[in-house]
Amino acid sequence: MLKIENLHVSVGDKPILKGINLEIKAGEIHAIMGPNGSGKSTLSHVLSGKSGYEITQGSVTYQAKDLTEMAPEIRAREGIFLAFQYPVEIPGVSNIYLLKAALNAIRKHHGQPEVDAMDFLTLVKHKVKLLEMDEKFLYRAVNEGFSGGEKKRNEILQMAILEPKLCILDETDSGLDIDALKVVADGVNSLRSPDRSFVMITHYQRLLDYIKPDFVHVLAHGQIVKSGGPELALELEEKGYSWVEGNQPGVAA
Amino acid sequence: MALESNSRYVAEYPALAPELPGQNLPWLQQLRKVGLSKFSATGFPTPREEEWRYTNVSAIEKKLFAPVLDFVSIQPDLQAIDPSWLKEHQLEESWSVVLVNGHFSAELSVLDDLPDGVKVVSMAAALMALPDWLQPYLGQAVQPGEHGFVAFNSAWFTDGVFIHVPTKQVLAKPIQILNIATQADVLATTRNVVVVDCSTETTLIETFVAATDDAYLSTSVTEVFAGENATLTHYKLQAESDKAFHFGGTYVKQAQYARFTHHNFAFGGLLARCDIHTDLGQASECDLNGLYLGVKRQHLDNHTRINHLKPHAISREMYKGVLDDRARGVFQGRVIVAEDAQKTDSQMNNRNLLLSNDAEADTKPQLEIYADDVKCGHGVTVGQLDEKSIFYLQSRCIDEETARNMLTFAFANEMVDKIKIKSLHDKVLEQVLFRFPQEGVEKEWL
Repeated sequence: MLKIENLHVSVGDKPILKGINLEIKAGEIHAIMGPNGSGKSTLSHVLSGKSGYEITQGSVTYQAKDLTEMAPEIRAREGIFLAFQYPVEIPGVSNIYLLKAALNAIRKHHGQPEVDAMDFLTLVKHKVKLLEMDEKFLYRAVNEGFSGGEKKRNEILQMAILEPKLCILDETDSGLDIDALKVVADGVNSLRSPDRSFVMITHYQRLLDYIKPDFVHVLAHGQIVKSGGPELALELEEKGYSWVEGNQPGVAA
Repeated sequence: MALESNSRYVAEYPALAPELPGQNLPWLQQLRKVGLSKFSATGFPTPREEEWRYTNVSAIEKKLFAPVLDFVSIQPDLQAIDPSWLKEHQLEESWSVVLVNGHFSAELSVLDDLPDGVKVVSMAAALMALPDWLQPYLGQAVQPGEHGFVAFNSAWFTDGVFIHVPTKQVLAKPIQILNIATQADVLATTRNVVVVDCSTETTLIETFVAATDDAYLSTSVTEVFAGENATLTHYKLQAESDKAFHFGGTYVKQAQYARFTHHNFAFGGLLARCDIHTDLGQASECDLNGLYLGVKRQHLDNHTRINHLKPHAISREMYKGVLDDRARGVFQGRVIVAEDAQKTDSQMNNRNLLLSNDAEADTKPQLEIYADDVKCGHGVTVGQLDEKSIFYLQSRCIDEETARNMLTFAFANEMVDKIKIKSLHDKVLEQVLFRFPQEGVEKEWL
């Protein structure tokens, strides 16, 4: 589904990612862990097409297409979804409006007609219930005045409705209390399927108790310094990031 | 130095005066005289005056406008109004007073079933039949010498509306004052007095529209007197023609505990200026909202003044501007807190969105505080669309242009959404959609 090869990314003159290699197959869940400043969020931004990042080397292939050539909205319509670390507040645009606009943009992209108004409402209400949200949220402005937990839940709601193929969760656990974390994790787990993949970017192991990854990668100084199974996350939690950071040769402390 | 058209107006005034209403009322003659002499001396305001520093009205002085003098000569204009067009602008479920080129039209107005004691009367008729009702109010909320437009309006007004809502009356429907201009080069000069007594609830809607694409000059001054514990919600929809010149002033006196909410939608006109000034009594509240949308070469100036005269009053203000092409928007907001106005709570905000490099926003919040125990704040922004928001929408499948349109619309729509009357909300929304690119904004999804 997604293949990242020798990816180097700079912001201005500063190299952030220094040769990332990662392959994600359909149905897999990959967790990317790493200390602050390791390049985790840069990776999620580059995958979703945010401007301001220069790819100096390497390639990103998504479903056999060069992802780097696609505008952010095309990536989204092709099935890439980024759940933001800090979801943006958009006063004046209601949640339900955005959901409808997004869903219809995907349908149009695939040559399908606009969604039927009644079907849409039924779908949205079903998903809202699944995420234990109040229906009133639909009619409120996107993320405006939402608590941290509500914002994250709202991201997962969008994900549940847009049914992407590759979900990138950027620090989705940050700012969540344990109850909200469970709801969000249940929402994500309910979306697991053989043809949908997840990339979970996280600082802590906590989220991985609720969403079990197939693979764990540790990012440090812009490179993946260690990969393994779920047990790697536990080991990290125990030993701290200095353990893997120290593993990496040739990087000044 | 008065320009030629100004001196023509003054020179023609003696011939015109006998046609203006209230000739037999010495107090009104005095008011008109003060207005005339101020206007003779200074003409319309110039940018040399501090409160007009961003607005040059000399374009008005290069043209010569003419008043429609009497009710008889308005008849052909009334005939020319297409009923279906009128229906678009006249609010259903309201009492509607229609003023055409500065004159009341009984035929077009809808004033059936007003509750007992509620007066909605044309100014000309009220000056004939109810002069004693008007004398304590007319010219009391704003001095004729305030500036050139108020002076001009005081001397030249041909008609308007007198509204009186007696104590404890709660009006079930809004009252709309629908101002229509139908002719090129017409001078529509109206004066309204609105008196809402103690513990009343009233909604007033002022609408300015045109059945012509041409230039004309519309000046309308409304004086509002809100009694103790009165609640008045006042909407103004200014949708004059693209070439029109508009001055609209609303001057309010709020008694203690009175609540005044104003929504100013400044959309039309080549050059439009709106004054909203209010004097706050003890523990009264005012909430001033504004949205100005400028395209092409429009110049839209909004001037607010909130006078905290007594303790414990609350004022809130939020003005938003969206400016495209070569349009210029002006916001001047003055909050004055008198020495006696302790425990004042005041918050003023102005946000401007510039959609083109040639658009301009001038914003000047002013706080003058003479009391020492108050909570006052203000915030001002002038900027472009937030790139983070655009990326967020793009990551949700929305292309960049649509995202920009959605965010622009959303910025404006926040003010439209404050409208509590469905039919008015829909009309204002239509105006917003009409004035800005709609690509990507699906009305039926809203």
